[in-house]
Amino acid sequence: MRVGQEGASRAGRGGVMGGGRTIDVVIVGAGHSGLAMSRELGQRALEHVVLERGEVANAWRTERWDGLRLLTPNWLCRLPGWHYQGADPDGYMSAGAVADFVSRYAAALSAPVSTQTTVSRVEPHRAGYRVVTSRGDWLCRVVVLASGAFNQPVVPRVAESVPQSVQQLSVQTYRNPAQLAEGGVLVVGGSATGVQLAQEIQRSGRRVTLAVGEHVRLPRVYRGRDIQWWMLASGLLDQRIEEVDDPDRARRVPSPQLIGSPGRATLDLNALRAQGVEVVGRLAGIRDGKALFSGSLRNVCALADLKMNRLLDSIDQWIECYAPAGEVGAAERYAPTDVGASPRLQLTLGDEFRTVVWATGLRPDLSWLHAPVFDRKGVLRHDRGVVDAPGLYVLGLPFLRRRKSSFMHGAEDDVRELGAHLAAYLGRTGTGTLIAPPWRTPGQEPFARPPEGALAPARREGTQRQECTRDPTLATTPDSSHRLQDRGRCSIDSPGRRGYGPL
Amino acid sequence: MTSSATMASSTTAPVDNGVNVAALLDAREALTATPEAARFQWRASSEWLRGTHSRATVDGFFGLGAEQKHRQTYQFESDHPEIFASPDNGATPVEFVLVGLAGCLTAGIAAVAQHRNIQLNSVKATLEAGMDLQGILGIDEHVRNGFDGIKVHYEIDADATPEQIAALVAQSQKRSAVFDIVTNPTDVTVTTRKA
Repeated sequence: MRVGQEGASRAGRGGVMGGGRTIDVVIVGAGHSGLAMSRELGQRALEHVVLERGEVANAWRTERWDGLRLLTPNWLCRLPGWHYQGADPDGYMSAGAVADFVSRYAAALSAPVSTQTTVSRVEPHRAGYRVVTSRGDWLCRVVVLASGAFNQPVVPRVAESVPQSVQQLSVQTYRNPAQLAEGGVLVVGGSATGVQLAQEIQRSGRRVTLAVGEHVRLPRVYRGRDIQWWMLASGLLDQRIEEVDDPDRARRVPSPQLIGSPGRATLDLNALRAQGVEVVGRLAGIRDGKALFSGSLRNVCALADLKMNRLLDSIDQWIECYAPAGEVGAAERYAPTDVGASPRLQLTLGDEFRTVVWATGLRPDLSWLHAPVFDRKGVLRHDRGVVDAPGLYVLGLPFLRRRKSSFMHGAEDDVRELGAHLAAYLGRTGTGTLIAPPWRTPGQEPFARPPEGALAPARREGTQRQECTRDPTLATTPDSSHRLQDRGRCSIDSPGRRGYGPL
Repeated sequence: MTSSATMASSTTAPVDNGVNVAALLDAREALTATPEAARFQWRASSEWLRGTHSRATVDGFFGLGAEQKHRQTYQFESDHPEIFASPDNGATPVEFVLVGLAGCLTAGIAAVAQHRNIQLNSVKATLEAGMDLQGILGIDEHVRNGFDGIKVHYEIDADATPEQIAALVAQSQKRSAVFDIVTNPTDVTVTTRKA
C-alpha cells in the first residue's frame, strides 16, 4: 500500500509558517528504522512525518544486487509489533522480500509516509530545523536521520589506477554476472558482500580472484542452529556499545563472511577455494596495470580463525550452562583457513582480468545535512544515536547502541530508547503538541507479537556447572538475560579502550 | 585484558614485560587529538667505504612536531659474505631487513602482551628468507631480485594459553610497521646529485 501524500497531510498540523509546514518531528527515510521510529512516536502521540525519496524500503528495491539475501534468518526478522509469519522461518529473505516485508509494515502502521519526497537539505532553523524537500519545506523541532548506513559505496582511491579497458563495478552498480565481460574478475573485499559476489560470479563460469584483508569468519550453522541463533541467545547481539573495549573499532568491524542460502552452507575462504575461487591478499596497489596484493593474507586469516574460535569457545561455554531444549549438535572446530602454498602477489589487469568489482563497503550519505555535526573525517558525531546537536537523532548505524543496531531486529530497542530521549527533549524544549494521531489508538496492539517462548531455549535441568552462579530464567525468547560476556570475554572485536560513560 | 588471560597468569606479581603501556595508550589518545604530531619521519645516512662495504648511521628523526635525537648515534656495517668474494665486514643488507622485521614484530609482541596482562618469559624468533640469485645476477628476468618469501618462527614462553600466544603474534603482525613495509608496495624515490 502506498501511503503517499495523504499520510503526510494527516500527520502535520498543516500550518504554514515562514515558508514551510510545521511539525514536531521529521523522520528522514522510510526504511525499517524510520518506520519503527514512526510507530514509537505514534505510540507516544508525537506528531511526525516520514519523508522518503522513493517508495518505502527504497534501497532494498533499487540499490541491491539481484541475488542478495539477508544474513539474518527469517525468524529473527522482526520490527516493533511485527514479525515474520511465513512458512520458512529458517530461510533468508531476498531483497525484494525485505522490501515487501517493510512495505507491509508501513501499511499496517498506516505510517505517515510522504513518498517520492527527496530531502535536499536539513539545516538549523530557530530552535529546530528546516527540512528542504522536493515537495516543499518542513519546519520541525526534531529530525531523525533514518536514511540508512549503506547509501554510498566506499571505493578506495587505488581505483583511479585501474586501466581504462577494465570494467569497474561497485556494490551498487553490480546486479548479476551477466553484466560482466567474459574473462577473469577481480573481486576486492572479503566481507559478506565480497564472498557472496565471488561465489556468484565464479558460478557463472568466470574465473574469480578475491582480494581479502581483515575479515570476520563464521560458520553459517553451528551445533545444529544458525550462528545468529547462538549470537542472539547468548546476548552477543544485545551487547551494548558501552560494554565493548573499543567502540570505534567495534563499529568498523566488517560484515561476517556469511550467506543466506537455502542449504545454509558456510561461505568462508576454504569453501570459496574449494569452489575454484583464487584467494589473494588485500589489494595494496596498482602499478603499471598490475594489481599488487599484500603479503599479509596468512595473518589476516590467522586473526579471523582465532576470533572465530574464541566466539565458538564462548558459545560452547554458554551451552554448558544454558543448553537449549532439543537437539544440540556436538562442538565443532573448523579447519584453519588454507591460503595455499604461495598466494599470488600480483595479477595483470586488462586482457585476462577485464572486470574489477569493488566490494569494499558502503557508508551513509548525509551530504544534505548542513549542521556542524561531522568530525574531521566527515563521520557523524553522535552518542549512541543522540547526535551532537540538539534535536537531532540517528538510527540504524552499525553498533549504534548495540551490536544488533544495524539489523532489522535491532531497531526495536533503539527506537524505544531514543524515542524516550526524543520525547523528553520535546517536553523540555516546548509545549510539544500532543495530539492524538488519527492513525493509531494509543495502547492498542494491533499486530501479532512472536509467540512468547517460541524461540526459547529451555534450561537443561541438573546439568549446570558450579561456576554458573547466575540463575537466569529462560522462559522468554533468547535475549540478554543470560549473556556470554558475563562469563568471560566474548567478542569479535579486538581489545582496546573504553570510550563511553553513562548517557 | 581477558579474564582467561588473568586466570592463566600463575604468578601474583604484576605483569612486567618492560613496556610502558600507559604511556603508549596516552600517546594513542594524544595523537588521535593532534594528527599532525603523529607524522614522523625516519632517517638513515650511509657512506660507501670500499667494495660492498658501507657504513650506515642513524641519529636523528622527526616526530611530535619537532626534531628528535636518539640517546646516542648508532652505526651499522653492511657488506657481503666471503663466498661473494667480499671481505664480510658486516651483515648483508637483506639480512638487515630480517633484523628489522624481527625487532618490530617482537617489540609488538611485548607491547600487546603487556596490554593483555600476559607475562612473557622468553621470546625467540628465527627468520628465513629464500632468494634466487638468478634474479640479481640477471640470469633469468622472471626471477625477482628480492625474497621469494619470508618465514618467521616464534618460540614463546609466556603465562598464557597457546591460543593467547598465537593471538599475540597475530596482533603484532597486524600493527607492525616493518611487516607492512615488506608485505605491501611502498613508493620509493631515489634522487642523485654530483657532489
